[in-house]
Amino acid sequence: MTAREFKKLTLRLGFWLLIVLVLIYAIFPFYYAVITSLKPSSELFTVNFWLDSLDFSNYVAIFSQGSFVRAIFNSILVSFSVVAIALLLGITASYALGRVRFRGRTTVMLVILGVSMFPQVAVLSGLFEVIRGLGLYNNPAGLILSYTIFTLPFTVWVLTTFMKQLPQELEEAAIMDGATPWVTITRVFLPLMWPAMATTGLLAFIAAWNEFLFALTFTLSDSQRTVPVAIALISGGSQHELPWGPIMAASVTVTVPLVVLVMIFQKRIVSGLTAGAVKG
Amino acid sequence: MASVKLDKLNKVFGHDRIITDVDLDIGSGEFVVFVGPSGCGKSTLLRLIAGLESITDGELRIGEQVVNDLPPRERGVGMVFQSYALYPHMTVYENMAFGLKLAKTANETIEERVMATARILQLEELLHRKPKELSGGQRQRVAMGRAMAREPRILLFDEPLSNLDASLRVQMRNEIARLHQRLGSTVIYVTHDQVEAMTLADKIVVLNAGQVEQVGTPQELYQRPLTRFVAGFIGSPTMNFLPAEMVAGTAEGCHVRASGIGELALPQEPGRHDTGDALTLGVRPEHLSLAPASGDNSFEIVNVEYLGNEVYVYLEPKDGDTLLIHRSEAPSRWQTGERVALVPDPEHVHLFDGRGRALAVASAHAVA
Repeated sequence: MTAREFKKLTLRLGFWLLIVLVLIYAIFPFYYAVITSLKPSSELFTVNFWLDSLDFSNYVAIFSQGSFVRAIFNSILVSFSVVAIALLLGITASYALGRVRFRGRTTVMLVILGVSMFPQVAVLSGLFEVIRGLGLYNNPAGLILSYTIFTLPFTVWVLTTFMKQLPQELEEAAIMDGATPWVTITRVFLPLMWPAMATTGLLAFIAAWNEFLFALTFTLSDSQRTVPVAIALISGGSQHELPWGPIMAASVTVTVPLVVLVMIFQKRIVSGLTAGAVKG
Repeated sequence: MASVKLDKLNKVFGHDRIITDVDLDIGSGEFVVFVGPSGCGKSTLLRLIAGLESITDGELRIGEQVVNDLPPRERGVGMVFQSYALYPHMTVYENMAFGLKLAKTANETIEERVMATARILQLEELLHRKPKELSGGQRQRVAMGRAMAREPRILLFDEPLSNLDASLRVQMRNEIARLHQRLGSTVIYVTHDQVEAMTLADKIVVLNAGQVEQVGTPQELYQRPLTRFVAGFIGSPTMNFLPAEMVAGTAEGCHVRASGIGELALPQEPGRHDTGDALTLGVRPEHLSLAPASGDNSFEIVNVEYLGNEVYVYLEPKDGDTLLIHRSEAPSRWQTGERVALVPDPEHVHLFDGRGRALAVASAHAVA
């Protein structure tokens, strides 16, 4: 073996070693969660990196609780509503901000950006008052409202940037064809904006699906909770027992839809985030 | 099909007056070309007619109707854009049917009209393709089809050929001309290319800095430009200009001394110009002849371009720096470095005063 070949081999070996390291770092926690969720609780504290047998008792346990199923339903309701409302408002706002010329357009854009910089905790108490004032406390609608507030700035910004890149003449062609702004948005722009919509919609969905602080603060009863809170509140037989098995089973259950969604949309996400970077 | 009448049309953007007092009559079925350098307002004028820009002042009539405040769809105009602006997610058929659908036309009528339009433009084979699967010339035809499918009273073209390569441009130019002959629709066409204007137009409108310089048939513009701007804009290669001076004027014409040429008797009326007034003499490259140099008035040949059927000879005046061009049929006996005298054909010489306005030809000499 010559020195050159040796060098090439070590380089390649090092490269793959790094990849394995990164993969372990990224995936191991999730892998261990999956493993844990499939173990009976008696084996929970024996360290074992492989599964000897499949045990679905943890899954049976969480799904037999009505409140967890209910929480999943709530999460789905809240997340999809947030995405729908944010995209609808985002598209219409981005048409106004991206295509209509009016005084103060830049100011509006900057205010929207500024609003999105407040940390959640800073607005928590104020928002709590608003939600109680609106009678939305302990109601998924309260969560939908508050998540939409935090999702909209990002949605509007991304969609506006995208909308600005659509050629002016396309809109004018639609106007010549007799299209109103609404028809232009829905029948000409929307079909061209799918990548951007998939990106922003998915990010909004993930944010709403995983949100914990607002969900904990604005809901009270089991029947109104979303999944992250429900998982946190899963309790064991006694005060001193933390039921890792069911918690891991629940976590895996709610992560899977996200992974699936990201896999479906991953191509579009990338093209949405980089759209316009180069002329295509 | 309809006539269009512009009456003192003005357009102001902020503090800039883009269009100033444009008056224009476009007859039904006419092919009118707006031509001018970039920034002259020709596209803005087209967009005013289309309804994509609001009219600041003045009146616009299509047919008998004042359309100042009508939205584009109610004006009965169809427009072909420079970038074609086809809807990328729709097929050719859907692109052409979109306007009809929005107008709530019955499905059978839509199909009938789209098919008829497609037949005229030879797009039948392409109806189910998306724009990205089409070549430049095909996209161009689809853009025209989309504008025509709604059977507009007026067709507007905004530099439709500038995205095509040279040979395709000539071919499409030809197709547009034949299409107009066949359909007889009123067409308003914007271009910066004077060759396109000359070849397509029934009537050319030359615009400069937001104002109409001259309106006329291609022949009129070529033979009798009213201003120096039009004279320089129409014709290729461009007209030669030489500084000149009025020597004497009579009712039948005037005597002029032009730099590098000497004294000439021309058929122009002197008008209010007196002896000694500074003028500009204009003569097209094809209306010059060359003779061996004799005396002081001579030019040096700096380059000879052979184009096969014709020859361009570039001439440098003694004092000036702008080259003059002489054009003749090939072959040419002239060689680079020779000194020659210029002999303009007096029938085809133009005179412009200090403000760039042409001196009229005395009636006794007027050429039909």
